[in-house]
Amino acid sequence: MCSLCGILGCDDHWTNAIVRPGVYTRNHDTQSRRAEGLRRLKSANAVLSYRRLKLDVWQGRSYVMTSPTGGSSVFEALSHLWSEAEALSGRDLDPLDDDLIEWMEERTSL
Amino acid sequence: MTPVILLTGFLGSGKTTLLQRLLTDPSMKGAAVLINEFGEVGLDHALLDRIDDTVVVLKSGCICCTVRGEVADALSNLHSLRARGEIAFDRVVIETTGLADPYPVLQTLTAHPVLRSHFTNGGVLTTVDAVNAVLQVEHRSEAVRQIAAADRIVLTKTDLTEPEMEQALRRRLARINPGALILTTEASVDVILEGFGSTAFANTLAGEGGGDPLCGPTCDHAEHQHTHHHDHSHNRHHAHHYDDALGVTSFSLVIEQEIDWTMFGTWLTLLLHKHGERIFRVKGILAIEGEDSPIAIHGVQHLVHAPTHMANWPKGPRQSRIVFILEGLAPDQIRRSFTAFMGISEARTAAE
Repeated sequence: MCSLCGILGCDDHWTNAIVRPGVYTRNHDTQSRRAEGLRRLKSANAVLSYRRLKLDVWQGRSYVMTSPTGGSSVFEALSHLWSEAEALSGRDLDPLDDDLIEWMEERTSL
Repeated sequence: MTPVILLTGFLGSGKTTLLQRLLTDPSMKGAAVLINEFGEVGLDHALLDRIDDTVVVLKSGCICCTVRGEVADALSNLHSLRARGEIAFDRVVIETTGLADPYPVLQTLTAHPVLRSHFTNGGVLTTVDAVNAVLQVEHRSEAVRQIAAADRIVLTKTDLTEPEMEQALRRRLARINPGALILTTEASVDVILEGFGSTAFANTLAGEGGGDPLCGPTCDHAEHQHTHHHDHSHNRHHAHHYDDALGVTSFSLVIEQEIDWTMFGTWLTLLLHKHGERIFRVKGILAIEGEDSPIAIHGVQHLVHAPTHMANWPKGPRQSRIVFILEGLAPDQIRRSFTAFMGISEARTAAE
């Protein structure tokens, strides 16, 4: 359920699409779902570390994001990831921001 | 899944006239039609319904809340009536108001918890007034959004304009939306609707037809040849600014290296979260690490459709190509952001 609007079943995100003919997804079975989930956490955390935030899976179904000051938020749909990150850090997260670009260059060139 | 065809176009561009014509075609016999207002052109159709033009937008920043309430209600109602056996239809045509942005309706089809299981995007048909479109495109971002969202563009009133003006308009439209096929109202209904409303349409969007899905069938690829590496000092000229006042730009990002799918998802969702309002369309063929066949992606503003497998690579080198149609964002900054997030050494931008 969407924690913001209460609509059920919002998490058919394009990055994690439900298996159907012709659709590219890594959401095939428990194993591929879990492996992709771990990769997703890693890639999101590389970006979130710019604001010193950390994302983790909560009870296998939801996500929990924590801030260095002890703040946390739990959400269920990936579509809320970036708005939750901005709300928790209280600051913008702009992929076209020069400082974030440099931050990511340092991380991905390792 | 019932396909939903979206008929859009600026005020007075001939949407209802075209709709009236489309509905006379035998293939449209089973279509249910939703319109926003009863205009001057009378419509006589068995399944005509009316929707009011109010948009429900919750200010939470949550994408799934951007649901066009009345469209959702009208589609739900049609679905219920059909489920009870009171009516029958095999497709739906929605005619939007002239100032509507097509994105919320597409979003409704994708995000609505019930509708998304019963309805699918059957294609966006945009009417463009050949007499007034040049001015509209310069001054009204709604007109640009409608053109950018189109899968097919129908030029109307071409009999009232000079052939040179029509050619100039076609070139301009091709820059706003290089992927859309441009027709005139002289085309037969069969041609206008070819492939529209079929369940295979998503594959057509993704280029299963065998041609290059990122540029239109009439494209001679001449402009694509002028690609440049951004290591050069003249990189600010790479994108084609067709309208400085609006700052609408169309360019493609070309990447030789294979792409990490997961990080690509992270990057694109963040880019669309922050700048989706200004990214009218993103469409691409991706060479994904670990995948032999190409993957097609297709998005309108904040909305990205489920990625699809393509059977074959288009002609030319096997490389990823992502086309952006956007407003007020610097292509080179998008390229820099992309390479930084993806950890790849080189990507180049090319004019569309």
